[in-house]
Order: sequence, then C-alpha cells, then structure tokens
Amino acid sequence: RSGGDGPDVYKGKICSLKARALLIDMEEGVVNEILQGPLRDVFDSKQLITDVSGSGNNWAVGHKLYGYQYREDIVEKLRKIAEHCDCLQCFFIIHSMGGGTGSGLGTFVLNLLEEEFPEVYRFVTSVYPSGEDDVITSPYNSVLAMKELNEHADCVLPIENESLFDIVNKIHQMINSGKLGSTVKQNSLITSSAGSAKTGQEKPFDAMNNIVANLLLNLTSSARFEGSLNMDLNEISMNLVPFPRLHYLVSSLTPLYTLADVNVPSRRMDQMFSDAFSRDHQLIQADPKHSLYLACALLVRGNVQVSDLRRNIERLKPSLHFVSWNQEGWKTGLCSVPPVGHSHSLLALANNTCVKPTFIELKDKFMKLYRKKAHLHHYLHIDGMEQNCFSEAVLSLSDLIEEYNELDATEGGPRTDPPRLKIAV
Amino acid sequence: MSIVTVQLGQCGNQIGHEVFNAICGDVRGTHGLCSKKENESYRNACIERFFSEEESEVPVARAVLVDMEPKVISQTLSIAARSGYWKYGDRSHFCQKQGSGNNWANGYSVHGPRHKEVIMDLIQKEAEKCDRLGGFFTLMSMAGGTGSGLGAFVTQCLRDAFPTSFVLNHVIWPYGTGEVIVQNYNSVLTLSHLYQSSDALLVHENDAIHKICAQLMNIKQISFRDVNQVIAHQLGSVFQPAYTAESGSCYSRNPLGDLMETLVPHPEFKMLGVRNIPQMPENSLAYSTFSWPGLIKHLRQMLIANAKMEEGIDWQVRPPRLGSSIPSSHSTNKPPRFNTSIANLVILRGKDTHNVDLGSFRDPSLYTSWLNPGDAFNAWKTPRAFKKYEKSASLVSNSQFLLKPLDSVVGKAWNMFASKAYIHQYTKFGIEEEDFLDSFTALEQVISSYTIL
Repeated sequence: RSGGDGPDVYKGKICSLKARALLIDMEEGVVNEILQGPLRDVFDSKQLITDVSGSGNNWAVGHKLYGYQYREDIVEKLRKIAEHCDCLQCFFIIHSMGGGTGSGLGTFVLNLLEEEFPEVYRFVTSVYPSGEDDVITSPYNSVLAMKELNEHADCVLPIENESLFDIVNKIHQMINSGKLGSTVKQNSLITSSAGSAKTGQEKPFDAMNNIVANLLLNLTSSARFEGSLNMDLNEISMNLVPFPRLHYLVSSLTPLYTLADVNVPSRRMDQMFSDAFSRDHQLIQADPKHSLYLACALLVRGNVQVSDLRRNIERLKPSLHFVSWNQEGWKTGLCSVPPVGHSHSLLALANNTCVKPTFIELKDKFMKLYRKKAHLHHYLHIDGMEQNCFSEAVLSLSDLIEEYNELDATEGGPRTDPPRLKIAV
Repeated sequence: MSIVTVQLGQCGNQIGHEVFNAICGDVRGTHGLCSKKENESYRNACIERFFSEEESEVPVARAVLVDMEPKVISQTLSIAARSGYWKYGDRSHFCQKQGSGNNWANGYSVHGPRHKEVIMDLIQKEAEKCDRLGGFFTLMSMAGGTGSGLGAFVTQCLRDAFPTSFVLNHVIWPYGTGEVIVQNYNSVLTLSHLYQSSDALLVHENDAIHKICAQLMNIKQISFRDVNQVIAHQLGSVFQPAYTAESGSCYSRNPLGDLMETLVPHPEFKMLGVRNIPQMPENSLAYSTFSWPGLIKHLRQMLIANAKMEEGIDWQVRPPRLGSSIPSSHSTNKPPRFNTSIANLVILRGKDTHNVDLGSFRDPSLYTSWLNPGDAFNAWKTPRAFKKYEKSASLVSNSQFLLKPLDSVVGKAWNMFASKAYIHQYTKFGIEEEDFLDSFTALEQVISSYTIL
C-alpha cells in the first residue's frame, strides 16, 4: 500500500495499491507499454529493471552477462519489496524458457532468491517452447534453464502455448457456433479480460495470457479468501512434491466459460470435475490419464462442499493410475469465493509422469543442435560460459527423465506391500 | 470445576466454535423437560464448566484459539460474537500468518518452540480464571500441520506445566480418501506423540460422521459445517452436566477426571470412541417417539458390532460364550467381528432415566477379563433433556472401535514410508527417519495391545 490516507479503491478503480512485483526485461518495449497502460498506477519505477538491447535469445547473455551486471540492483530491489511484507511466504517467477532474458536472467534471479531468501518458497510458471517454435536456439535455452529449475525451484508449472492456443480456439468456436454461443456469459470467459482493468484493443497473446493469469488467481484464492478447507501455497509444495526434483505439475482449469441459461447445478458441477481431467483443459500437452499419478490436488472455489468433492473423487478415481504408495493421493481445498462470472471453478494440479515425453522431446531437440555444435559459439564466448555448462545441463535433464522412468517401471510388476514392523508381545 | 478448551488449527477452531454453540444452545433453548430447579442447576453447572461470566453481558468461553494463519480465527471470533449469546475472550487467541503447510514437523519443531511462551501464557491466564481447574480439552485434526504438529507440542507443554491436571485430546480422524496427501504421516506422528503426554484421545472419524449426515440427517450437499455440527452435538451430549454414581445430588464437578477414571484404567489403552442415539434432523423429532429399551438395545448392538450409527447395524454379531475362555494370546474363541471393550460409559439424558435397565451393558462377556464388570461399566444420568431430544443416550467406549482405522492409517503410512516419499519435507524441519520409526513402533505396540484384548 503506498502512502496516504485515501481509500484503496475508489469508484471501482484501485488507486493506492502497488503490486508486490519486480518487472525485469532487457528490452524496454513491453515494460513501457505496461507503464503507459491502465495498470500504470499499480507499478512504479522502483520496481523495474530494464535495459535496451535485449538478450538475443541467448541464455548465456541473460544468465551470465546481465546476471552479473544487474545482480546488486536486483538484490537491492528485492530486499526493498520484501521489507514491505509482514510475512513473506513465496515468490512467483513468471518467464519463458525458450528466449534469453526470461530463460537466462530469469533463472539467475531464481538462484538469487534461493541465496537471499532460502526459506521462502519459489513457484515458477514457465512457458515452454512449442512445437513450431521459431527461435532456433530455444532448445539450448530451455535445457540450460531446466537445470536451474531442477535445482532451485520448489514447484514448476509448465505451460505450453499450443495448449493455450487450443483453449482460445475452443472458446471462439463456442461463441461463434450460433445456437449456444449467444448464451455464453461474456465476463466468464477464461480468456477475457472483461473483469479486469484493461480496456482497448486486445493483443494476440492477451487471451492466452489471461488463462495463465486465471491459473495464478485460482492458485492463490485460498490464501486470499476464506473457505471451509483452506489450502495455502506452502501446502501445495508439501503435498505435491514427494521427491525434491519431481516438482513439475500439470495444471488444468475449468470451467472455460459459463453458459448463461443452463441451470442444472449438480450436473454442471460434476461436469466441472470431469473436465478438469480432460486434455482440453490442460495448460500443457500431456496425457496424465495414461501415465502415473504421484499426487493430485484439487482447488475448488465457490459453492462446492465436501460431499461434492468426495463424490467426484470416488467417481474419477477408478480411471486414474496412482502410484502404489499413494493410492489415495488427493489434496483438496475449498474456497468459498468463486471467480468473477462463475458460481464455482476448479484448478487441478497433477504430479504425473506424463511430463516425461515433454522433457524427452526437449532433450532430443537439444541433442540435434548440440551434436553439430550449431550456434554454440554465441554462447561460449560469453564470460563464465563453458562447454561443461551444456553437458551438465543435459545430464541434469537426463537424470530427471530417468527418475520418471524408474517410477513408471515399478508400476508394471505385482504389488506387494512392505511387511509391517513386528512387535514382541 | 472448569475445563479450558484449546482450539488448534483450522479444524480445531471450526469445531470448537460449533461445540460452544451447541452447549450454549442447549442451555438457552429449552427447559429440558424437567423442573425449574433442575434446569437452573444444570445451567449453572454448564456455565461454570465452559464459560466465565464477566462484566460483559454474554458468557465468555473458557477457550484459547491457536492457529498459524489468521483467517479462520478471525472468522470464528466474529461469528461467535454476532450470535449475541456467547463470545470468545478478546485476547484469548494467537495466530501467525505463515500457516504450517500441512507439515507436522513445521508445526512441532518450528512453530511449537517459537511460540511456546505466548501460547502457554494465554492458557495459563485462562486456567487462572477458573476457581477450580478441571483439566484441558484440546481440539485438533491429525491430518494437517498446525492442529497435528503444534497440537502435539502444546499437549506436551500442558503435561509439563500442569502435571496433575487432566488432558483430554479430541482428535479428528480424516477422511480415508485424502484431504491431505501426507495425512497418514501426520497422523502417525501425532498419535504416537499424544500417547505419551495425553490422558486419553477422544476420536471422531470424518467418514463416519459424513455417513451420519447423509443417511440419518438427510443432508444433500454436506459441508464441513454440517459435519462439525454433528460432532459438536455428540460432544455436547457427553460433556454437558450429568450425575455420576458418586456425585450424589449434585452435578458432577469433575467431568474429565470422572471420564478418565471410568474409562482409562491402563495407560496403554487410551483410544476412546463416541456413539450417540438418536441422531436425526431436529425437525423430525416431533414425529418420533423413543423407548429406553429400544435405545439401549440399539446402543449396545452398536457397541458390540462396531457400528458407527444406528442404521445398518449388524445384528448377527453376538458376544462370545463365557466359560469357554482359553487363556491364549489370540482370542480365537471370540467371534471375528465382535468388538471387545475394556470399559464403557453410558450417559442418559431426559425423561425417566432413573429406572432404565442397563444390565445388558454390564454383561461380562462384553469385556476383557482384567477388570471387574462392575468397574468396567459406568452410567451417568440426568433428567434434564439434551436439546430437543426427549430421550438421548451417549456411549463413550474404550474398546476396539478404533483398531481398524488405526491399523489402516499405520499401514498406509508405512507403505509410503517404505518408498521414502515426502520424507525430505519433514527432515527439512528436523524430523528424521528415526523419529518416524519410533512413532511406527509405538503405534504397532498400541495396535497389538488392542488386538489381543
């Protein structure tokens, strides 16, 4: 809250609240736009770190060059922001993997956060490069960044543009399909910024980014609003990360929109739970139903009670494969306040071995370039960057893939429970 | 004598609020179908037990509220005050902002020591307000991080600071199908630690109460509030004033002590279960009549067949024939589904309680052989009806009620422990594999003891 005694919200507009955020970019364009837009009062110049020339889609430039250059500035600004917190619980890092700044400088900041604030949770939302990504070096950047995520993140929510794009298209079809389209409530669209402060023209990525924004809103809803079974952010990490490096969570959001005149409450609610386990609602391309669940969390918002939760878990459980030592591995949260435009919503987070193919593909693309030493010189001439940064990174990724493999392998064979302790009578 | 209630974590605080509501509602609401004098007596005993009457107009609950995050306590305080009939003390709570993250180790090893002084100070103040302190009643769940971990730590502190007072822990057994993924770890750690410092553990199982809500109370969309209200009703029916055999013409002044004395003859056996009959929506009561023989018959069968409620009781289960007792360590002569008791307490409230025949509960074949049947069974009574129930009976039982749930939780936790899943989350806060093993060992011992009854 910035100084002054005025009201925080006046005529529906936020006037004196400041985001607890640090905006970092090595180009100025995007940040400048934010500062000129309707959110300009929410950020101030003390929260920005920018440069002019960008990172050239080069992880080494972002991580080693700019990291070194801006280290002190970043630490100082972080400390100032942290001082304003009564109780700092977690950091959200939001970036992409395929470029230079988000990927390189972003993971540098991740490292910094662990050093300076070791007890504060680090949640990372990472946009992974999609199939037809046009940045040639994105496999290098992604794999180099993956090593950092493996070692320094508490939880990672991978996002793929393809999935976001599919969701946007699905909604467009819904709206334009004529009959049902007219009954969709506009402000309930997961892609719409109708409930937010933005006005004016929407850019191409806005709809897709709104989906991710909704993900983060739902993730933090229980920390912000009351409910009969609260789920804090530190509980997410505790329940969904059984082994330190297996912290990649598949997220899915429902509903994508609300039909205005359909009023069949319990069927609609059960449909919501089914949708959460449908690939159409996931934010990455993966197939959890045919892989192994290590753990699953359901964050429910709105007028949903414990009996609805239990009924749906019982219904969906049989079609999902859970690892033998976590057969009832469900973590649930009930928050009373639904999102704007909905009567209820659900965010499902799954720790599932279905992320393995994504990582294998990443590794394959990396190896394709690396074998031919393509573009390596752009990286290696950066101070602090050496060949073994690459070999260590791909090794880290291989180890991670192996951990998932081992889990998948154990589930084929016959199951015997370990014998219990024997007590002398 | 007064009881100081300590509400721990989200569950403990939500339930605590419903308990005080239920107790207050019972005292306020009816004349209890008895004489004015009787009603006055009852009300006074209840108020002394659970509330302090201060200069403020409404009774103030003798309670301390503790949570590691602020939302639940703030809600609980305001809802209580809004009722206009009772409230919590203005300075009887302690909360933080961080939460315990469902991590027992965080609750026990970090929050516990860090906030010990403040919390014990609050409890001390509440204890000093009592003319005579009858003991402590803690409310917590086993599944989370605060109620379970911090709760275990606070119980230990209570035992150290008040070595001669009674400590009764009310523990919520979580739903079998997860509320929390690491709930079995948290449960194992909680139970093993509580067993060392607590006098007795009074358990309610979410699954059982949920069934009561669905089948007996006819609630369609069951919320945690519904579940908590049923639990509060059952606790109220146990802890509201009653006459014991020794208390003569006064309401018992030492409820916790009486409870411990009758039900916990041996420190190895501390697990108590509760049953209550009849249980139904209040607006159906007017259309139902009950007879004591019917109620007692059902309650007894619920005991020996380990039924959680008065519907779906297995009437085939019968006590074993005495005289064919083989002194072996495996009770092979006992029918497999038969629930053996160590001790039982039946509490009768309402009309015509004075001449109810409780002989079927004194049947020696219900009990282990090491107590006199005369000592193993006790009855408390009061002519004052509980809430709108013309006749109601509660059973508090130290028996094999909780053997299966305990075995199940330990089994699942052991299964997970064998794969070492989630252990790093606990070692991070100082609970090592060895501590887990100690807890497993302690509970296998309890399971074994209850199995060979």
